[in-house]
Parts: sequence; C-alpha cells; structure tokens
Amino acid sequence: MRMTLESEYSPDADRIMAVSLGPQHPGAGHFRIRLWLDGDYVVKALPDAGYVHRGEEKMGEYRNYTQNVPHLERPVILDSSNILFAYSLGVDELMNSKVPPRAQYLRVIMSEINRIISHMYFIAIQGLFLGHTTMITWCMGDRDFWIDLGERIAGARVTFAYIIPGGVRNDIPEFAIEKGLKTCDWFEKRMGEYEKIFYDNPMVHQRSDGVGVLSRDDAIAFGATGTVARASGLALDVRKDEPYSSYSDFEFKTPVLTQGDSWARAYVALLDMRESIKIIRQALKGLPQGPVRLKLGPQPRVPAGEVYSRTEAARGEMSYHIVSDGSPRPYRLKIGVPSAKNLRALPHLLKNVHIADIPVIYWSLNYWPVEADR
Amino acid sequence: MDRAKAIADKITSKHPGTKLEWVKPRRLKVSAPASMIKDVALFARDSLGFDHISTVSGVDWIAKNALEVVYFVGSTVPGQEGFVLALSERVPRDNPVVSTLIGVWRGAEYHERETHEMFGLNFQGHPDQSHLFLPEDWNDLPPLRKDYVSPGR
Repeated sequence: MRMTLESEYSPDADRIMAVSLGPQHPGAGHFRIRLWLDGDYVVKALPDAGYVHRGEEKMGEYRNYTQNVPHLERPVILDSSNILFAYSLGVDELMNSKVPPRAQYLRVIMSEINRIISHMYFIAIQGLFLGHTTMITWCMGDRDFWIDLGERIAGARVTFAYIIPGGVRNDIPEFAIEKGLKTCDWFEKRMGEYEKIFYDNPMVHQRSDGVGVLSRDDAIAFGATGTVARASGLALDVRKDEPYSSYSDFEFKTPVLTQGDSWARAYVALLDMRESIKIIRQALKGLPQGPVRLKLGPQPRVPAGEVYSRTEAARGEMSYHIVSDGSPRPYRLKIGVPSAKNLRALPHLLKNVHIADIPVIYWSLNYWPVEADR
Repeated sequence: MDRAKAIADKITSKHPGTKLEWVKPRRLKVSAPASMIKDVALFARDSLGFDHISTVSGVDWIAKNALEVVYFVGSTVPGQEGFVLALSERVPRDNPVVSTLIGVWRGAEYHERETHEMFGLNFQGHPDQSHLFLPEDWNDLPPLRKDYVSPGR
C-alpha cells in the first residue's frame, strides 16, 4: 500500500526513509535528489542543484563582450554552439549589427551539428540507464563522426567557440561541405537502425512506456521547454516561432508527440535529429558567398539597452537577458538555460514511482546539471 | 512591432498604474508597482495568453538604490509563441520585499528561488527560499549584487 507523506506520515515517521541520490552517483552527474521512500515507492523528491555552480553570470560582468565568448560555452559543452548562439544574437541586437548571410547559414549548420552531438549523448545514456548496452556503444561511437565534422569546421573538438557576436569565427573549408553531406547520408540510414534496436525494443517499451507522464497542462504550468515540452504535445520551437538567423529559409518540421512519457521524450530527440539532417543538408547546399564575420575589434562598443534573445538549443529554449549601460562590459548577463526551466517538472514526475524508475525519468528530462547550475 | 505594441496598450489601458518600458519586434517590457503586479500577471496570463514562464531575472540598480525583478513570460497560444512579455517591478535595495507569482505561473518557483539567493530579494509567500545553487552555508552578500566583489577582483 502506498502512503502519502502529507496525510498519513511525516518524514520523521519510521516507515519513511530519507535517502540521498547523488551527488556522487555516476549517472546523476554532480546533482542530488533528496528522496523520501516508503518501501519501493517515492513519496517525495526534491532536487538539490548547485554542485557545479561557477557563477558564470557574475563572471560575465567582469569581462567585455568578446572575452565572454569562451567561458559562456562551458556550462554546456555538449551543446556549446547553441549557448553561444543566443548570446551572439543578443549582442548583435544591442549593437544593431547586420550579420552577413553566409555567417547566418554557418551559424545554423553549427547549431544543428551541436544539436545532434547533444542528442546522441542524451539517447546513449538513456540506453545505459535502461540496461541497453548497444545503444550507448553505438551512439557514443557515432557521435564522434559529428564531433569530427565540427572539428573540420571550427578547429576544436568539443568547445567550438564558433558562433561569436558579429558572425562566426572562421569560414568553412571546402572539403568540410562534402564531408558534411556524406555524414548526413550515412547518419540518416543509421538512425533507422537506432529505431529498430532501441525504440522498437519491447524491453525499452516496458521500462519507459507510461513512466513519468507529464501532461500538457503541467508542461505549460511548469514552463517546460524543448524535448520535454514537445513530448507532451506542446509545439514549442523557437526556430519556428521567431525564425532567427535565416531559419525561415529551410524546410523542416517540429516533431510533437502526445504521450508525455519517458519513451516519448527520448523519441522526440531522434525525430529532432531527422529534422536537423534536413536543415544541415539544405544549408550546406545553399551556402551563400560572402564574408563570415563583422570586424568588431577586441573591445566592441555596445550601446546602452536591454535585450531578451533566445534560440532553440538541444534541450530547449536558451535565452539571455543582457542589460548594457554603454560600458565595455555587460551590466547584467542572465543566462536562462533549458535545464533550469525543466527542473520544476522533476519533483512532480518522481511522485509515487518505483525507485527503479528514477534514472529513466530523471534522464528523460534531458537535464544537464552543469548547464542548470551555470 | 505593431502587435507587441497592441498587447502593451491592452495592459496599460486596463491597468493605468503600469508603464510601458520599451517595445521591440516580438518583445515588450512593462513595469508595474509592487502592489499591482499580481493583478497584471493574472491579466497577462488569462486574457493575453502569456501562460508559459520562461525565466526570472534580477537587476541591481545600485546607483538608483533599487533592485529590479523581471519575469519573462512566453506564450503557448497558437500564433503568439514568438512573443515574450517582460514584466518588472522595482523595490528599494534596503527593503527588497516582493510578492511571489507562483500562484500565477507555477514554473516560477525555482527561478524565484534563484533570484532570491543571488539578489537577496525576499519573495513573500514563497514556500521554500532555501539555497538552490549557492552552498547552504553561504554567509556573504548575495553574489549578483553589485557591491559583492568576486574574490581576486
């Protein structure tokens, strides 16, 4: 029989056991969940973040707009281009700069490559948590081809620091275009195999169907975003809603599922990658000629003002609130990260679940502790 | 821009105490006095469709002796998803008390908690204002206030 904490037992009652999950747990990753258990059931769960808080926002106030580029991608190195994309859009808007079309396309290409890199990690670990070893070995291996492609374009392997205010750091080499198209062709076939071995697997269905269901209304109330929102029937996609940086030039869909469970949240990532492939192909084939960055100098002059810029990162809506007082440094730099926006759903989803379901639900939220903590 | 302006006009005409700070394509910022902010928030959610909290930010205006809290709210209404309303209020730095808006947007809970620990804003009615990102034993000024200086600076 399940007990409820509020009505029958207090946390101090003998029957209820308080347990810490994390922060040293290898799967949780610098993140703790405080659990109150009744036998095998969770009666209450509270997330405890902050183990990797580095004060990125305060650091941003000490550095000028160019110096801020390399450290701002550290919170989410899996998705490093997308966190800089929103920052660059914000600074561009403050400076009223017109980014050249070739740079806009290159930004889109890099952002979509990073989306795939991030989603591959996400579904690999989802496989691991479900005891599906093939998924983690395949995805971690295949992810490297995308990292290779990123390296051909940006020069670095993980922290690309490619998207910067005024454009992108460097032009794409000619051979990387051909390599990119080949990678897309190969990966498209490969995704069919993921579907067969993982998403259609009866064991995966049994472990994640109907587990951790987030209703559409709750997704709206909690402010859920990205893969979490789209798995709950909420068609939110900043790329469609306010087509920044020439996203309006490309044909793609926003995948939406309605189940709202752990399986759907993992499956949306695969559907997302299918759309990313479409966008990368169109952008590589239609790449306009021209310069790739505006000359801003080492200390750009940014007029006073306030912006709220946002992009669709791999985990959802990435937003920046930048306040400039006309000095070389931002007066206030707020990073609104998708992991922090989805965190409120976690204690709600962990109520009355089995202990064995915690890893699946936790990871299906695509939560990245370093990103949430900043 | 016109549509954002139209939304702003609806708020300022319904609640005459509010002030339109700026309007940009798909963005608008409205400031409200602390006594009115909950009514304005409810109006924005129920009548204008701003139902999806994006984030909560704070700004320390130390020269004006004010702390500002800004709620960024998106929308899930079809056709309006690209719009973001910034709803702000300013309180004096020496008595930074605001009322919580969790009753309007449940998702604001952790964002308000973060703003509380980083700026020292006291959200009245908030169920849990313990530290979320800071260590439990943090015993200094709230770190994002301008008079807090990072070690080594």
